[in-house]
Amino acid sequence: MDLIDFGLIVLRVVATFALLLIVTPLNIWAERKLLADMQNRVGPDRAGPWGLLQSFADAIKLFFKEQVLPTKAEKWMFLLAPVFAVVPAFLLFMVVPWGAPLTFTIDGVERVVPLQGTDLNVGVLFVLAMSSMAVYAVVLAGWSSGSKYPLLGGVRATAQAISYEAALGLAIVAVVLYSSTAGDSGGGTLSLAGIVERQSGTLEAVLPQFGAITQFIPRWNLIPQFVAFVIFVIAAIAETNRAPFDLVEAEQELVGGFHTEYSGSKFLLFFLAEYVNIFSMSALAATLFLGGWNGPTFDSILPGFLSAAMPTVWLLIKTYVIVFVFIWVRATLPRMRYDQLMTLGWKRLIPGALGWLIVSALVIGIRRFGLPFV
Amino acid sequence: MVELVIFVLLGTGAIAGALSVIFAKNPVYAAMGLLGTLFSLGVFYVVNLGHLIAAVQVIVYAGAVLTLFLFVIMMIGVDRVEDTSETIRYQRQLVIGLAAILGVTIAALVIGGEFAWVPLAVDGPIPNGTVENIAGIMFTDWLLPFEVTALLLTIGAAGAIALAYYAPGTSVEDAE
Repeated sequence: MDLIDFGLIVLRVVATFALLLIVTPLNIWAERKLLADMQNRVGPDRAGPWGLLQSFADAIKLFFKEQVLPTKAEKWMFLLAPVFAVVPAFLLFMVVPWGAPLTFTIDGVERVVPLQGTDLNVGVLFVLAMSSMAVYAVVLAGWSSGSKYPLLGGVRATAQAISYEAALGLAIVAVVLYSSTAGDSGGGTLSLAGIVERQSGTLEAVLPQFGAITQFIPRWNLIPQFVAFVIFVIAAIAETNRAPFDLVEAEQELVGGFHTEYSGSKFLLFFLAEYVNIFSMSALAATLFLGGWNGPTFDSILPGFLSAAMPTVWLLIKTYVIVFVFIWVRATLPRMRYDQLMTLGWKRLIPGALGWLIVSALVIGIRRFGLPFV
Repeated sequence: MVELVIFVLLGTGAIAGALSVIFAKNPVYAAMGLLGTLFSLGVFYVVNLGHLIAAVQVIVYAGAVLTLFLFVIMMIGVDRVEDTSETIRYQRQLVIGLAAILGVTIAALVIGGEFAWVPLAVDGPIPNGTVENIAGIMFTDWLLPFEVTALLLTIGAAGAIALAYYAPGTSVEDAE
């Protein structure tokens, strides 16, 4: 560990952070434009070309607004809640690999730089830990505002987050279990870089008996773990409190839910955290199910620096497909009733995820060890 | 060196959090203090290469247990004063006595030289966590205790639901 190694680590973390800060305003703009298109409106079109600068204008406006502290609010927790929203949102993305590892030679020493904040060997568990920390922001905001609507929103958020976290975790368990069968370097892994590595190549490597067509299908977890993918996406929408699961901030009943009393830059932090979470969750879904940054790099056609950037482009394309689904679902489905939300979570998704886990385990076991008692 | 700095910083944080659990007037601040303590302990585990235990600690205690605490505390409301009268008789005297015993024991151990600063003993490069090793031991040597614990937890969960749903003197049909 010398100074250059240390510098590369700092650079990696800053680059990951910057990536999130760059894409988030664009995501907000994209969501508003897409929603407008789906609802036969124009959407933001005044600030910059196609309204691209609208998010920046909004951010500047919110930043310079007056700081309001409600009289009955619990001051320190009220100020701490937005921080609790932003920090886990950014940390969650830190373990997602967003490009193929780059190899440099500096001072005659070859250095491999993985393009991700850090490659934890418990990356998957870290993601679950951070997504469960995100609920503190909503709970603290709801409680500390000293007002009825935020409190109701906070209580709802806690119940919802606890319910859907279980389904999210169980869907990921199935993926981790499946990844253990694909280990070229032996065994399963909880590292996200490892899970991406196990999805490289084509389906021919695992299912050669299906013939020549498997040469053209990428070996993504999406195909063998499709059920887990569906459960994961539904649970991710619920975890990020998006429509049709946005009962936490249902404006018709709760005014704004947990952020009713927040304004100015504190509201901006909640807003930022929400969109960072959407992007992180989509990138995570792309990493776990859609092969992460795997994809053709066109080494022979493109110049070196472009083909080195291709994996990042592939990850962004996959991520944006899922972001689009998030927005599409929001524009299409009406909000669920609270009992419907709980029924879906506890009586459909969790038993479904458990059942799928058992099926996956059985299939993997039989493929590896053969049928029992034969 | 880095280890020592982290230990001193987060050790202070852990103790401060633990003290705030006892002394905070407001139960939400006490819960936040507990969160700080749990987080500091998680970092200690990471420093000692227990990445898995650290992650599990944050998921289970900070993510699930403490969220449930907060869920209950929130129902008290922001502007209500907590009832601080003690319901256990001789609680204070008992606690002081037990704390004294603990203090004497720790002091005896420290004076006896039983506590020592043990640097991380790793041959070669520092491994990136120990998930594989824990899994190897848990699913070979300790498989039976592991499975029995899982069964015990399942029974516990089923028992909790049974206790919550069926009052004494009613049958399952009544409850449904």
